[in-house]
Amino acid sequence: MKRRDFLRLQRPQFRGPAVLRPSGQLSSGLEPYTGPWALPQAAHLLRRTMFGAKQEDVQEALARTLDEAVDELLSTDPIPAPPVVDYNGPDVTDPYSAAGETWVDDPIDNQYDGYRIQSLKGWWVRQILEQPRTIEQKMILFWHNHVPIQFIEVFVGRWDYRYWETLRENALGNIRSLIRALTLDPAMLHYLNGQYNSVGAPDENYARELQELFCIGKGPNAAFTEEDVRAAARILTGWRVNYSNLDEAVFTRAFHVTEDKQFSEFYHGTLISGRAGLAGAEELDDLLEMIFDNNETALFLARRLYRFFVSDLIDATVEANVIEPLAELLRDNDYEVLPALSTLFRSQHFFDALTLGVMIKSPTDFVLGIFRELRMTLPDPSDLASRYQIAGTLNYVNMVLQQDLGDPPNVAGWPAYYQLPQYDKNWINTDTLPRRGEVLAWFLYAGISTQGNAYNSIIDVVGIVDRFQNPEDPNDLIAAAADWLFGLPPSPAFSASLKSILLSGQSDDTYWTVAWLEYKSSGSPMDYQTVYSRLQSFFYFLLNAEEHQLA
Amino acid sequence: MNRKEFLKYGAGSFVVPSMFNGLGIAKRANSWINSLSSAIVDTDKVLVLVRLDGGNDGLNTVIPLDQYGRLTMAREKVIIPENKVLRLDGLDQVGLHPAMGKMRDLYNEGKLKIIRSVGYPNPNYSHFRSTDIWMTASDSDEIIVSGWAGRYLQNEFPNFPVDFPNEDMPDPLSLEIGSFLSLAFQGPTNAMGMSISDPSDFYELIGGGIGEVPNTPAGEKLAHVRLIKRQSNAYGQVVKDAYESVNSQGEYPDTFLGEQLKIVSRLIAGGLKTRIYMVNIGGFDTHDRQVDPADHTRGFHAELLREVSDAIAAFMEDLRFQGTDKRVVGMTFSEFGRRIISNFSDGTDHGAAAPMFVFGHEIEGGMLGENPFIPLNATPADNLPMQYDFRSVYATMLQDWFCLPSDEVQLVMRNDFPILPLIANSDCVSTSTRDQYRNAGQTIISAYPNPFTERTTISFQSDGGQCLVQVFNAHGQLVATPAHGAYAMGEHQLDWDSETLPAGHYHLRLQNGLLQQVRPVLKVR
Repeated sequence: MKRRDFLRLQRPQFRGPAVLRPSGQLSSGLEPYTGPWALPQAAHLLRRTMFGAKQEDVQEALARTLDEAVDELLSTDPIPAPPVVDYNGPDVTDPYSAAGETWVDDPIDNQYDGYRIQSLKGWWVRQILEQPRTIEQKMILFWHNHVPIQFIEVFVGRWDYRYWETLRENALGNIRSLIRALTLDPAMLHYLNGQYNSVGAPDENYARELQELFCIGKGPNAAFTEEDVRAAARILTGWRVNYSNLDEAVFTRAFHVTEDKQFSEFYHGTLISGRAGLAGAEELDDLLEMIFDNNETALFLARRLYRFFVSDLIDATVEANVIEPLAELLRDNDYEVLPALSTLFRSQHFFDALTLGVMIKSPTDFVLGIFRELRMTLPDPSDLASRYQIAGTLNYVNMVLQQDLGDPPNVAGWPAYYQLPQYDKNWINTDTLPRRGEVLAWFLYAGISTQGNAYNSIIDVVGIVDRFQNPEDPNDLIAAAADWLFGLPPSPAFSASLKSILLSGQSDDTYWTVAWLEYKSSGSPMDYQTVYSRLQSFFYFLLNAEEHQLA
Repeated sequence: MNRKEFLKYGAGSFVVPSMFNGLGIAKRANSWINSLSSAIVDTDKVLVLVRLDGGNDGLNTVIPLDQYGRLTMAREKVIIPENKVLRLDGLDQVGLHPAMGKMRDLYNEGKLKIIRSVGYPNPNYSHFRSTDIWMTASDSDEIIVSGWAGRYLQNEFPNFPVDFPNEDMPDPLSLEIGSFLSLAFQGPTNAMGMSISDPSDFYELIGGGIGEVPNTPAGEKLAHVRLIKRQSNAYGQVVKDAYESVNSQGEYPDTFLGEQLKIVSRLIAGGLKTRIYMVNIGGFDTHDRQVDPADHTRGFHAELLREVSDAIAAFMEDLRFQGTDKRVVGMTFSEFGRRIISNFSDGTDHGAAAPMFVFGHEIEGGMLGENPFIPLNATPADNLPMQYDFRSVYATMLQDWFCLPSDEVQLVMRNDFPILPLIANSDCVSTSTRDQYRNAGQTIISAYPNPFTERTTISFQSDGGQCLVQVFNAHGQLVATPAHGAYAMGEHQLDWDSETLPAGHYHLRLQNGLLQQVRPVLKVR
């Protein structure tokens, strides 16, 4: 037998996939949800609006009514202290600020900006890991995906931080204000060439993306023309990064096109009158008014919110029952985002059985969600170097899994949120799925650590199970774990496999019950080891389930 | 650490498991020890797609010299000095960017074909839309959800993925190097390929990726994850074995593209029967700093073209070293070219037609097409008209390289596109191997007659339980459901009347529990 033949024999065969065309029709709309408010619903709401659903967050949410829980989620977090110099080490010492002091006001210096960006990304990850029970961090990621820059492309730490701050300040606010602020954001002016946009040689980059990606979108009726792109580019001429005050843009009249700008039928033939002198700056507001006045903008934003928080599947029914009413809420509230979110997260549609588990977890949902849910810990705030390293490691993992926070692949954000027909299936391929499995093995069996293992955090499987209501009952334990961590309930066969891990292959439930209760009463290292090793395998099997990839 | 160093090395060193490496993110020494067999000689042909992501500036890549004065007026900010343009044997009115010395040599050896001004009617200037058009080979104004390579592979392996991998086709149908699978490889319902960033790694996932899935939208996602888990486990070892069976390779430049093409060459030499590979290089969206204002032969674009040119030349050399040179051709593509005029930021905005390169030891070298016309006072609205439709290039690869019969080429490409003189030696004779591939796996749904005029008999196999037979049109829309209900285990037949459906290509789809299969059918007048 040749080697290849031998290998072939050992290779698992598999039959075709079960890609089913859903028979169930999602016909519910934005009317208030009236069904049960229990673990599956609370975990669903928290998973979609935060990064993972921690046990205590689920309990707190369930101690409230749905309305109260949503109110809490939609509240605003305290303003975070800015990132600090936490990267000093053998290779680098930032001369501008001392360790522990913030670097965000320090001059541009590309010898240090790479470290500052790394510091910013680590700081961002820690904001997520230590997030209060609100939607704010998820909204920041939503806006980052919707109006992205690439931190490394910009390569100025303080601008990247300003950009992030702009997202945070406006995360739950007015969308037009956010887009206006980002249009004049130094990092954005740099990233999409606004600062090179000039009379004589207009640069269309930002003008195109403003319409195609940020506002009007590519819906069936998004019929802006190439002439509209050029007209918008001419309106936006003259805005420059201000190198004497690095944090704001300056309008430079000499670079501005002063002629009138004519738009197409799509914009009802709007003519924005060209203005000479500093008045040219006012054209931006006319442009944004015209764009936000167009209903395609409201529809597009509603679809983007829906695809990020609910599901990628938008058919004619969903368009009519959810998208159009959401768009109307946006317009009726002058593009404040909160009323639309508030209605969505209390709606029948959001809690429809067909909505549960329909999203594939993004890498950050998966990695940072596990870190939070499974109670992994960050080093003490005083240990700057270790915190920098652990957060940097997590960023690295997210990058390998294809979601590098701060550096999406391009100005359209991550393909999982726009690429037909796969959408979030894009997250899972033959390269990334095995790596997700590796992450699980790593966190469960080795733990995440710093250089030399000075700091290590490993999943405390016993501590997690100890928080369950009846951890001694293997059936309750399995049901509680799956309800909490899975987007879809597991099959009976899968639950049986989980149980056989707990029972070490025996059939009597009391094997586990006795093992657990003995550990609880004696606390002896040997009894601990008995439950620890079984729970490690239990969680490895549980977390590797395909159902755990869904949210 | 400046931006370039930062990109190359990252900042700080983090503790990650040794296996946990992404391509180009962390490098480590490959083990060259495992050399169980020498290269397996195979007659199967391979196509390598090199994607230049962002929209390559064609006018600074293949530079027309007959209207150099007008070109200089139009693109003063980025123009390459005339005396720096690399000349091609036998041509005095056109040349290559100075960073492309290696590709110039390939051209002069007859191993590079340059196709001028490739595009499509009614160009779209959005990266994302235009990328989808190139990936799906759709018309400018239609949305198609399957990729051209995916449709080709579905045509060649109509039973995929039922009982794949198997003895006849043990390997992935297509491979993209990296952690993402492009739309080009998407079939009518399934991805027809896999992505892998480090073939020396194989991490076997636990759990078989099997089990019932509910007939809901969430169930469809679950089924996707299960399929990918099964494919990862089934193909991961195959790819690793092929990779490790090759113990020496030619020299490659230490670049992202060089590294990817090195992997491709190694997998081909390792005996994979994979038909199509894709590698990617980003950064071509050169709105700003395309050139160094002090020296237009330098700058971001020059670095990119050098990376492409050097990597392709190294790949070509390695193919010969491995003895796989006769089996492989490659081509570059990009979603569009760039504007004729330069902008204020030493760059160029999105444009239309641009050149494509086809490379290989079996191709017909030379130049196709003419220098484009450069208007005297070019405006921002001026773009290069296309001379060749990109779908002609695809169709030629299918017909003259993969030996697909012309009627099937039309089916895959969804239209009749002229065949171009790209391949010197097609060698399309034997069909026995092809039949073997087409019969690989298990057929669980078929139609006879096919093509049909009004009625056809659909045969399908049930493992028992619910069966769903559906018909989709070429745009992926559901147009009929000939069967939906419980069917006993065994073969079933039903007579289907296509009624008022227009003539054209359709897909017949069976779903029965975990099984599903899609087969093309053709309605004719």
